[in-house]
Amino acid sequence: MQTVKIVVTGPFNSGKTQFIQTVSEIDVVSTERKVTAEAEKIKESTTVAMDFGRITVDDDLVLYLFGTPGQKRFDFMWEILSEGMLGFVVMVDSTRPETFREARSILETFRAYAPTPFVVAANKQDKADAWELNDMRVALRLDSKIKLLPCTATKKQPVKAVLLELLYSILAEMEAGEA
Amino acid sequence: MALKGNLRDFTITQLLNLINLACKTGTLVIEGPGEVARTAFREGKLAYAQIGQHDDALPTILLKNRKISPAQHKFLQEKATTMNDKELGLLLVNAGYLSQEDVLDSLQAYYVDAVRQLFTWAEGFFRFEQEISPPGDKILVRVDLENLIIEGSRQLREWEHLQEEIPSLDMALKFTDRPGTNLRDINLSVEEWRVVSYVNPQNTMRQIAKATKMNDLEIRRVVYSLLQAGLVEIVRPGGAPVINPKKMFPTSDRVEQKGIMDKLISRIRSL
Repeated sequence: MQTVKIVVTGPFNSGKTQFIQTVSEIDVVSTERKVTAEAEKIKESTTVAMDFGRITVDDDLVLYLFGTPGQKRFDFMWEILSEGMLGFVVMVDSTRPETFREARSILETFRAYAPTPFVVAANKQDKADAWELNDMRVALRLDSKIKLLPCTATKKQPVKAVLLELLYSILAEMEAGEA
Repeated sequence: MALKGNLRDFTITQLLNLINLACKTGTLVIEGPGEVARTAFREGKLAYAQIGQHDDALPTILLKNRKISPAQHKFLQEKATTMNDKELGLLLVNAGYLSQEDVLDSLQAYYVDAVRQLFTWAEGFFRFEQEISPPGDKILVRVDLENLIIEGSRQLREWEHLQEEIPSLDMALKFTDRPGTNLRDINLSVEEWRVVSYVNPQNTMRQIAKATKMNDLEIRRVVYSLLQAGLVEIVRPGGAPVINPKKMFPTSDRVEQKGIMDKLISRIRSL
């Protein structure tokens, strides 16, 4: 059995677990714990080690989706999770601009770990107070070549679109490497 | 129990606070990035500081503080070779060349600056040795730590902010594609110009810092201002491989790798 992996990262409560849950064929193996820090009590539980989802491609190939813990104090896990990944998705909560700087920092950290392609998913775009993509691009200081994609992690179509765009980027870089 | 640990877990500011509150006497030894710092305290006050093998002889400190001229510095170095700092300081004051205040102010500024440098050390083993006294031939000062602690806390916040913005110095910089911008029309500081002259996807920020003799905090400060001004962006270093399929795929065969990608794309489409 051959396996490949994609990492889903982003700040606390950006929707990483939901993103994986939406497309995984198994219930996400989630290592969640109750949130204890008052400042982070936006939700009841959070990922402390990793989320783990699976998409079987055929009898010989499986794609694993790994979600990183969003809280900064678990960032020692990030490098381990990034080892051997095909690429990564940076989830950003479009409704919480106060997390944009952290998202940018996470992106730079992962980019330094491995020179693999990535895309940025602007999650919660279905919410009324979501920032527009163009504004987010400026706030996140994303170069025009970096793919910033609208996403609603609870819906399959936008999650699929994000994963496909990442796969297209990986393919394009492989072809560029051959040229 | 010895007071020892790593700066990762216990910052310089926290250590100074502890020394201040507990009115400690002794020497804080920190094995930092490539250098060892020794900072001595008496009853919770800074008495002496020395980083690495930097020349901390009194004539050099007085020259840095413009209390003596280069010619006087040269003269003292040549003629006062057998005198230690205490003897020399006494001689200069008694002969009326300098006031006692001149000497103490210069030393205080030098020691405080050394402690300021320690604020940029994010990592390093420290230990507080109560038995180690400052060198006997050095002139000691008494500097209250409160202001240094406040300054250090501010710098720590700035450091944390800059580390979030620029987590890795192993990335490179390139000028943003802004055809309308002429670099000559922009007002940059001397430090910014020095960094700008090295901006190139081939040079990592760490290499630029080394070339411009900046520490981690200083290079991050300059890069952050250049980023905020939209002049540069962070890119992967030019020489690094764009992609390493060997690690990413279970097979090293290019055709098989492409086959895997095609299968993945088809499968995701079919979800």
